[in-house]
Amino acid sequence: MKESRRSFLKIAGVSALGVTAASNAHAIGEYFIPSEQAIKDQKVSTADRWGMVIDTRKLTHELNEKIAKSCHLNHNVPTLENKNHEIKWIWEEHYEHAFTQQPNEFQAEETAHAPILTLCNHCDNPPCVQACPTKATFQREDGIVLMDFHRCIGCRFCMAACPYGSRSFNFRDPRDAMEDGKPTNPEFPTRTKGVVEKCNFCAERLAVGKDPYCVEASEGALVFGDLSDENSEIRKVLKENYTIRRKASLGTGPSVFYIV
Amino acid sequence: MKDKGKIIAGVAIFAALVSFPFWYNTGTAKPAPELILAPEAKAAVTCILPKDQMAKEHMQLLDGWRNSVVREGQRVYVAEDGKKYDMSLSNTCLECHTNKADFCDKCHDYAAVNPYCWDCHVNPKEK
Repeated sequence: MKESRRSFLKIAGVSALGVTAASNAHAIGEYFIPSEQAIKDQKVSTADRWGMVIDTRKLTHELNEKIAKSCHLNHNVPTLENKNHEIKWIWEEHYEHAFTQQPNEFQAEETAHAPILTLCNHCDNPPCVQACPTKATFQREDGIVLMDFHRCIGCRFCMAACPYGSRSFNFRDPRDAMEDGKPTNPEFPTRTKGVVEKCNFCAERLAVGKDPYCVEASEGALVFGDLSDENSEIRKVLKENYTIRRKASLGTGPSVFYIV
Repeated sequence: MKDKGKIIAGVAIFAALVSFPFWYNTGTAKPAPELILAPEAKAAVTCILPKDQMAKEHMQLLDGWRNSVVREGQRVYVAEDGKKYDMSLSNTCLECHTNKADFCDKCHDYAAVNPYCWDCHVNPKEK
């Protein structure tokens, strides 16, 4: 059989490719854990769309501090002096900064100076998810906009996309800012330099049937529940009170509601 | 073939240079480190998978756990024997393997791998 040089090279190339691919196949793709081996905890809280109502009438500066502290200590969020490096998951905001699209003149004194508590809105139509080039930020089936820190490359597109400033970037190693470099809650990971972070609606607590830390610390000012369940407590609160959302006209569909 | 000598000499030098790390280090290889089990791990007797499989595949398993927990929200691992484990490096693996330095780091150093797990995940025993 007469082989041309060209066809020999072709066969050699394809064979080489096949051999390499076969020997490296195990390294490509995700390690597969069969579905019967990975299950949810029996106590898991489930919903079609998690949401929150914040009763700003019950908020005080002290309570806001307490809520933020409870979240930040448990999620190992460092306290950084430099405002440019600040990391925040839940924080207090002035009314006119939180609700920029309600610039009413002659606002009631009480409302205008109300200490508003702000956090990630876990939008129904999240712009950060669309902006993320690595799918590090994604929306879960229960509506939570979650981050997979393993995948974050620190491009900060999500920070530009988020209209609420809910995201913070780790300009430095967060452990440097912790006492002795030790996280306050050893059961929860810290983040690393170069990744973005934000509120996770306490996904790790919902997984074992607990309410988020902020709700627990809020003395009843925060109501958490399933927005898609008509009989849930949160829907009852929404039915009975006039609520507003932050920058709802942008079409992001925030899942955090405010009673003002 | 006027330059036969030059070519052969060149090839010889090239081969010697390329193989230098191999022959230079021949015989100096250190034996693989012996794994030291923490008393907690000894008491537990079984790991979530057979020992050989854990040694070979723990990194892929952890990767699978990570995807399962973060992406799917499935945080409980059911082992072959039906025992359930929380899929957590800090809270499950290191709960038994309390000696990270002797159990994890020793081998990782030997194999010259530098996993960045610990940049974020906490070693709870490191107080």
